[in-house]
Amino acid sequence: MKILVPIKRVVDPYAKVKPLPDGTGIDTTGVKFDINPFDEIAVEEAVRMKERDASTEVIVVSIGSGDAEEQLRKALAIGADRAILIETSAELDSPGVAAELAALAIELQPDVILMGKQATDDDCNQAGQMLAAKLGWPQATFACKVEPCGNALHVTRETDTGDETLELPFPCLVTTDLRLNEPRYIALPGIIKARSKPLDRRPAAVNQAPRTRTTRYEAPAARPPGRKVASVDDLLVALKERGVL
Amino acid sequence: MSKLLLIAYDPADGLQGAGFAQKLGLPFDLLCLTGVAPTDVGAERALSAGLDEVPPADALASGLSGVAGGYTHLAAVSAMRSKDVLARLAGLLDAAMVTDVIAIESPSVFKRPIVAGSIIATVEVLATPVVLTVRPAAFGTPNLGGASVAESVALAGSGTAKRLSISARGGARPDLTQAKVVVSGGRPLKDAATFESVIGGLADALGGAAGATRAAVDSGIAPNELQVGQTGKIVAPELYIAAGVSGSTQHMAGIKDSKLIVAINKDPDAPIFDNADLGLVADLYDAIPEIRAKLGR
Ligand SMILES: Cc1cc2nc3c(=O)[nH]c(=O)nc-3n(C[C@H](O)[C@H](O)[C@H](O)COP(=O)(O)OP(=O)(O)OC[C@H]3O[C@@H](n4cnc5c(N)ncnc54)[C@H](O)[C@@H]3O)c2cc1C
Repeated sequence: MKILVPIKRVVDPYAKVKPLPDGTGIDTTGVKFDINPFDEIAVEEAVRMKERDASTEVIVVSIGSGDAEEQLRKALAIGADRAILIETSAELDSPGVAAELAALAIELQPDVILMGKQATDDDCNQAGQMLAAKLGWPQATFACKVEPCGNALHVTRETDTGDETLELPFPCLVTTDLRLNEPRYIALPGIIKARSKPLDRRPAAVNQAPRTRTTRYEAPAARPPGRKVASVDDLLVALKERGVL
Repeated sequence: MSKLLLIAYDPADGLQGAGFAQKLGLPFDLLCLTGVAPTDVGAERALSAGLDEVPPADALASGLSGVAGGYTHLAAVSAMRSKDVLARLAGLLDAAMVTDVIAIESPSVFKRPIVAGSIIATVEVLATPVVLTVRPAAFGTPNLGGASVAESVALAGSGTAKRLSISARGGARPDLTQAKVVVSGGRPLKDAATFESVIGGLADALGGAAGATRAAVDSGIAPNELQVGQTGKIVAPELYIAAGVSGSTQHMAGIKDSKLIVAINKDPDAPIFDNADLGLVADLYDAIPEIRAKLGR
């Protein structure tokens, strides 16, 4: 089985970020970057599938600046076999990302594409579904369990009201949710081994015109400061005053 | 001519989305996938697809692409089900897409939260059509009246994903995203039985829904569909009570639209107190039974 895992370099999801004072972007001074946590879960799942079936190949790909090499090396340290860095200075929107990944998928012919359900920076939740549509492949978003079953995957996915299990014939696309797995701690030997794994750099192939553009970044309206109440009695009085009880 | 197709899973979902449709100010049609589309929400046409069961995303998006012609805007209320299908529809239509719209600047400029709600982005749409998912709390309830032309439509879609099983757990409580009161619990709730009796018990006493943090869901204390936050449900009740919740950015991203946020936490320095309207420093295992005793419910 061949698995392609697209990953994105994002600002540390635990960092507090602010807009730049002039509203033209996000202030990333002093903020660390990491693999989008959902993508790290996708890499972990692909590597676990490889550990169960040694014939599996795991290829990770990232689109963006050369800095994304750091995140690709981390994915290689988790256990991916090789990496591709599609270098571009353009800020791609999700349709642009889907277009680049579709071209790559047509070239590499993976059986499965595993990727995060959303990136924790733009919170779009679009690229996987758009890519599956472009390729004409079946999809399962928000996966919490993935099981190979012959030439298909059985994917249990979280829904608004519970969960459901889908059977997807190969080739297919799965987007990961938080509870699919817990990514492993990366030990030193893995990091050292990752340095010598192949990483190909190439330019963007499609360079599709953007369909949306972000024109302003601003801080959300602050909530007026609240107050502490001293006891349950005071809380109930305050709730009654506000008419919510 | 610009025109919106509002896609709803059922009539209640259509009613929720109609607030946005009316504010957008374009003529619109309402398509209900299941049930009969309401004719009094201001749509020109009330279209009913009459599905018994909504198919997996590949078949549904393919069916929707067949009726999407002629619309410049296609929208649905933000939810896991709509994000699953509408982003695929956007891919099929080669469309622009804006997720989680919270404000309309013009029919081609929208605002949406990014980075777990830390930043509000203004997004300009450069292509037609545009697919939108919208947060209904930002747009209020629609004005009712008038009479749309009722029609039935057939969605002729096909796909290769096969649904093997489905489990919907919804119980007697109101839907989290529409509830007037939400009581949420976090990691200190220990186990599913404790969560159900303490958090579920207070939710029932207040006629509300129960919610949970990711930490609570991950440790099996609460089922996944109760997760509130950046990657879970977005709630907007009159009253949100968070008990044993630290107040992470990711959790707060899902509750900002609540009218009144009450935090019960035994740590006086818990970050949730920075964003709560009313804070009670207390052990939840003392405070919640006391609240219920004093309310007599
Ligand atoms: C990509 C990503 C997405 C995420 N998405 C979400 C999301 O959608 N929703 C979400 O909730 N989280 C999300 N998280 C996780 C988030 O960062 C926090 O880890 C999580 O919200 C913490 O949950 P908690 O408040 O239950 O637990 P904790 O942070 O452990 O807080 C528990 C709190 O309970 C208090 N407490 C303990 N015992 C008692 C007691 N007896 N009485 C009263 N108070 C007590 C403690 O003082 C503490 O403040 C996400 C994280 C990532 C990385």
